Amino acid sequence: MSFEIKEGSQEYDAIIVGSGAGGGMASKILSEAGFRVAVVEAGGDFDPAKEEHRTQLRFPWESPRRGAGTIRPFGDFDAAIGGWLIDGEPYTKSSGTRFDWFRSRMLGGRTNHWGRISLRFGPNDFKRSSIDGLGHDWPIGYDDLKPYYDRVDKLIGVFGTKEGIYNEPDGFFLPPPKPRLHELLIKKSADKANIPVIPSRLSILTRPINNERGVCFFCNQCNRACQAYADFSSGTCLVKPAMQKGKVDLYTNSMVRKVTTNDRGEATGVSYVSKEDMREYKLKSRVVVLGASACESARIMLNSKSKTHPDGLGNHSGMVGRYLHDSTGADRMAVIPDLVDRDRYNEDGTGGMHVYTPWWLDNKKLDFARGYHIEFWGGMGMPSYGFGTGMDTLRSHIKDEFGTPSPNGGYGAGLKKDIKRFFGTTVGMSGRGESIPRYENYCEIDPLTVDKYGIPVLKFNYNWTDQELNQAKHMHDTFEELLTGMGGKLLGTKPGKENEYGLHAPGRIIHEVGTTRMGNDPSNSVLNSNCQSHDCKNLFVVDGGPFVSQADKNPTWTILALAWRTSDYIVDQMKKQNI
Amino acid sequence: MNRRENLKLLFTGASGFLLAGCSVEESSVEEVPAPSGFSTAGRSPEEIAIDKKLLSETFFTEKEVEKLNYLVEVIIPADEDSGSALDAGVPDFIEFMVKDIPSYQTHMRGGLRWLDNRALDRFDQEFMDLSNDQRISIIDEIAYPDKAGPEVGNGVRFFNILRDLTSTGYFTSKMGFDDLGYVGNRPNVWDGVPEHVLEKYGVAYDPRLEDVYLKPDQRGVVAQWDDQGNLIG
Repeated sequence: MSFEIKEGSQEYDAIIVGSGAGGGMASKILSEAGFRVAVVEAGGDFDPAKEEHRTQLRFPWESPRRGAGTIRPFGDFDAAIGGWLIDGEPYTKSSGTRFDWFRSRMLGGRTNHWGRISLRFGPNDFKRSSIDGLGHDWPIGYDDLKPYYDRVDKLIGVFGTKEGIYNEPDGFFLPPPKPRLHELLIKKSADKANIPVIPSRLSILTRPINNERGVCFFCNQCNRACQAYADFSSGTCLVKPAMQKGKVDLYTNSMVRKVTTNDRGEATGVSYVSKEDMREYKLKSRVVVLGASACESARIMLNSKSKTHPDGLGNHSGMVGRYLHDSTGADRMAVIPDLVDRDRYNEDGTGGMHVYTPWWLDNKKLDFARGYHIEFWGGMGMPSYGFGTGMDTLRSHIKDEFGTPSPNGGYGAGLKKDIKRFFGTTVGMSGRGESIPRYENYCEIDPLTVDKYGIPVLKFNYNWTDQELNQAKHMHDTFEELLTGMGGKLLGTKPGKENEYGLHAPGRIIHEVGTTRMGNDPSNSVLNSNCQSHDCKNLFVVDGGPFVSQADKNPTWTILALAWRTSDYIVDQMKKQNI
Repeated sequence: MNRRENLKLLFTGASGFLLAGCSVEESSVEEVPAPSGFSTAGRSPEEIAIDKKLLSETFFTEKEVEKLNYLVEVIIPADEDSGSALDAGVPDFIEFMVKDIPSYQTHMRGGLRWLDNRALDRFDQEFMDLSNDQRISIIDEIAYPDKAGPEVGNGVRFFNILRDLTSTGYFTSKMGFDDLGYVGNRPNVWDGVPEHVLEKYGVAYDPRLEDVYLKPDQRGVVAQWDDQGNLIG
């Protein structure tokens, strides 16, 4: 419910746009410093502990489509209100290019459903250009962020193991859960192939870290958001606690249209359209912090044109929207015949996988410059829409006591039994890799299209290069080696050059970053090394936009560490009256 | 596992842990709603409106439902362990899915009618007017894609879709869960694969990680670390 304020009756110290990982962290740090904070969120309020919001521990028959992904891309119970397509909030693409933009319109944004994979960037990840000559180095390094990663680990909680791998820095870990059966079989196969498989690093509380949040009770449904607050989401772990302790006002269903500025080109607040009455409201503040997501923050900046910022706020360099990049992704699955007729036990475990493969090779010996990690899936998870299908091709993997395979297709009691025997036999792998940030991949304002709030929308221009294609090809070679090494029968055909080696379209991995990148040179970057606009000293960005390069790690842990560091800087500068 | 044990597991952890805005009694984890009632929890008004509209519409005719009822029972019949797909309410689920995913509609309507065409060509009667043996002889023509002739390709495609919808509808029902032996979706404490299963597949836990893995009895102890990131206490 948004407040009934038309013209800023009160001035805030800081307005934070967006309540995801970056905005949530900023709301905590700035309010704890005693500042009066407004958090402006485009979606509604959300609290998975409330019965009316809880999708966790629900059964498929509580959904008329049994949890199918018809409405929400990851199914009815997934805690992402939104998706790649939202009614009334379009975006466009230049012809011949691809980009799919995922948005969650709700308190906490995409942190409600994310995979909780919480990996620190390593020392090399900040200095890729120095290593391979592609793209640019970050203006900061691992040592600058390490203290903040440490604090994020302790504040939010992440399980894992100390491995001593140089570019996969260890942290303050909670105990990891033991691997599931298929994960042990993957590990055995990977050992033969000399590919490391180590315990996952997920922000899920296997033990408590304070008295405010509960611990994991192993339902494997982190993507539905946790009623016990036992995993990280920004609403439950950052914004709501900040509202309880500090001076934080939350404005929901409030779609920010632009950042307002004064004659000197400084930010004075924001204008937003209320989704409830479709009217415009204004809020004023000393500082504006954008955490609306890499693309949404770029959109707001580009839409905030003024005399002093004719190309959009903070865009004197022309770099806002440029260097947009997402992680690469490719997947493969197989049937493991040895797993037919499994003993039944509760194998749900934590959300996601209990083990993963960090990048393990030297790119100097490969035909692509950046690495990837591998995520694993399988096991006797909860059936949902799609379970039991595909028997027209899969049933022949099931054999009777004499070794005779069942016929594909069929019907009757035999089919019913075979589907039961097949439960928990499939294993899959997903490679998630680093792409090369490019000036040529960008989002801009579409001059011809507005959303239903009348706000000009983004137009995307994005293409993969041979770097990403070669990496995806390598992923598939690795998947085949690991899957066949555990006796797997590969499903589908290996994708070749003609279908881009199965590489997902940009935006599909939902790790898009780089649109407001930081740098020491104001002519080719948007923000300085403190994520402060080069052109507007009281404008900051705390989402994935400031990333110079997205490692093969999931970006959330780095967004959190960076947002904390940026917030500390804002507190320092405001206390010194510099802004 | 009873409700009290469920709740104990759910709320084991930090001492004095309370959920803001959610009383324990409200979050009934074993609740199974009536067949007609679906959960609207966590769904946006737009999503609820879509489902309401779909649930208020009817796609299949009475004659089609009669055929569908027969076919789902052929695909997933009752056996000594459990009931049939019809008993599990699968036709209602299919009715919803063809409205939810409209690209199914012509396949399903056309496929059901194709059965009549085939029945008329072969036996000069519509499908439901045939004897059970005659119906099964048509189903046998289209149920085995690797063996089916090209002249029944359309029937094979229809039956593949129907088999998929019937199987997934059955195994995502309460009856299907019990039949399958799925025992999750409830609070519990994961402590690894049962010993006899490890032995059966010739795998073991890495002894070097024995002390590192979560110990169930530690699950209520607030974590603390030394400066090097080692867990203490």
